[in-house]
Amino acid sequence: MNNSYFIVERSGIHTTFQDSGYAHLQHLGITTGGVIDNNLFKIANKLLRNDPNETIIEFAYQGPRLRLEKGNTHIVVTGDVYFIIRKKSENFIEKKGETFKTYQLNEGDIIDILATKSSVYGYFSIAGGFNIKKYNNSGSTLVRSSIGPNEGRCLQENQFIRFNFETISKNLKQLSFFSNNKDNIIRVLEGPQINYFSSETIKNFFKKNFTISNISDRMGIRLEGNKILSNNSSNIPSEGIIKGSIQIPGDGNPIVLMVDHPTIGGYPKIATVVLDDIAKLANISAGKEIFFQKVSFERAEKLCNENEQYLNKVFQSLISI
Amino acid sequence: MIKNINQISEQAFLLDFGDEITKEINQNVINVFNYIYNQIKKENYLDIKNCVPSYNKLLIQFNPSKKNKNEIFDFINKIDIIKNEVTTNDKEIEIPICYDEEFALDIRNISKKIKIDEDIIIQSHASTNFFVYMIGFMPGLPFMGDLESNLSVPRLISPRVSVPSRSVGVVEKFCVVYPNESPGGWNIIGRTPINFFFKDKNNPSLLNPGSDVKFRVISKKEFFELEKNI
Repeated sequence: MNNSYFIVERSGIHTTFQDSGYAHLQHLGITTGGVIDNNLFKIANKLLRNDPNETIIEFAYQGPRLRLEKGNTHIVVTGDVYFIIRKKSENFIEKKGETFKTYQLNEGDIIDILATKSSVYGYFSIAGGFNIKKYNNSGSTLVRSSIGPNEGRCLQENQFIRFNFETISKNLKQLSFFSNNKDNIIRVLEGPQINYFSSETIKNFFKKNFTISNISDRMGIRLEGNKILSNNSSNIPSEGIIKGSIQIPGDGNPIVLMVDHPTIGGYPKIATVVLDDIAKLANISAGKEIFFQKVSFERAEKLCNENEQYLNKVFQSLISI
Repeated sequence: MIKNINQISEQAFLLDFGDEITKEINQNVINVFNYIYNQIKKENYLDIKNCVPSYNKLLIQFNPSKKNKNEIFDFINKIDIIKNEVTTNDKEIEIPICYDEEFALDIRNISKKIKIDEDIIIQSHASTNFFVYMIGFMPGLPFMGDLESNLSVPRLISPRVSVPSRSVGVVEKFCVVYPNESPGGWNIIGRTPINFFFKDKNNPSLLNPGSDVKFRVISKKEFFELEKNI
């Protein structure tokens, strides 16, 4: 039965379909996209026993309010998120939802994802995944390029979100272990154009704090409060960009490029945020302060491995409820 | 020639082909790009995620959880550009362009700045055999060169908030076409009535890194006729 769907009663902030993103297209100007927080993405799909790369819904600061108009399903919300569920069978009495725990929703029920608490990004996913039109094997929406599911757009009020109804078993799951690193130290690697900056400037880059600007988004996180000036030119011959690159434009305010980064860029890059700290940085809300700390490539690679081990540990803590 | 293979993150190498921005160096980049891209496209070789050519660099992004960094390094290191057959690019692609003042937003200022008549600027631009150094910034946007050195102008001091879709812009010896409306700092000298990006095609970009391009001057009348077809 393919006629199951939610109605979007409130779209939330920058609510998009995402998965692990695009590959083999960056040379044509199509960026990688994909979820900001890989761990929350993987955990959501694990809890629902979905394919690890099943497309889910990402939101920033505020999630959507959805009414299950037709069908039944299991859902999960991951992240540091405050949400409520109103079940039709219980006269729509407001019940606070727990993250990292699956719920059964039936026809008529409402889930209202009100806000992230101290973080920025949160995730909503359903068992069996959404019925979306993929682009080049990916379910990631690139809003700036109008590419991907939902005609390349964020969720819109009153639209339908269709999904494939699957027979629901009574197998609800919950995580019993998940820890969120809460400090404000962001580890970085030396950037490809570090020699564009004087040793004094580099010292300041690591010594003084930066403030997250409120014009940060999936494309980049803008930093203020500690101007970094190049002693060379503020331009380089444009070259390919990866997420985490910290580019320094002429005004001296760094931009940490995120998942919807431009495919190439012409500003010198002083450092690169390690993969393990991308989600951590993106989840520090606007106005807060951060520090950068330099690590070696070996250390960064080790952090990657440790995160994989950590995720496995989290997966093992999954219990039936 | 690949001068250096630099690891720039847990998931990327940046290959350096030299400091200058010349067609010769870029052709080396594109040859290595074509070689790698053909491998990864057909069999997801070594789980390489992206291969992004630019003027004089080639970015290789891989999957760090595969832990095959050394294998990828060896693969790149063994690429012998001389032995690799140089893939001939597609045949020259012709792009219609209209230089009417309605579209050529900055041509008057360029003419004043470099003290060359507008007609001569147009003639020189239209007779240039362009080569696509790279595609980027937005889907399908080509960075092409090389213009005659006397046409060289810097970026606009204050970039436009919105450049009309399909505008053709120049900076220094380079030329771009904006496939979609976008902010931008290039000097606009004309507009093309054709699309550069076809989302649903197998190869969505009209041009590829390494494509040869020539402009064809059209009248305003022809511009609007061709524009109807898109």
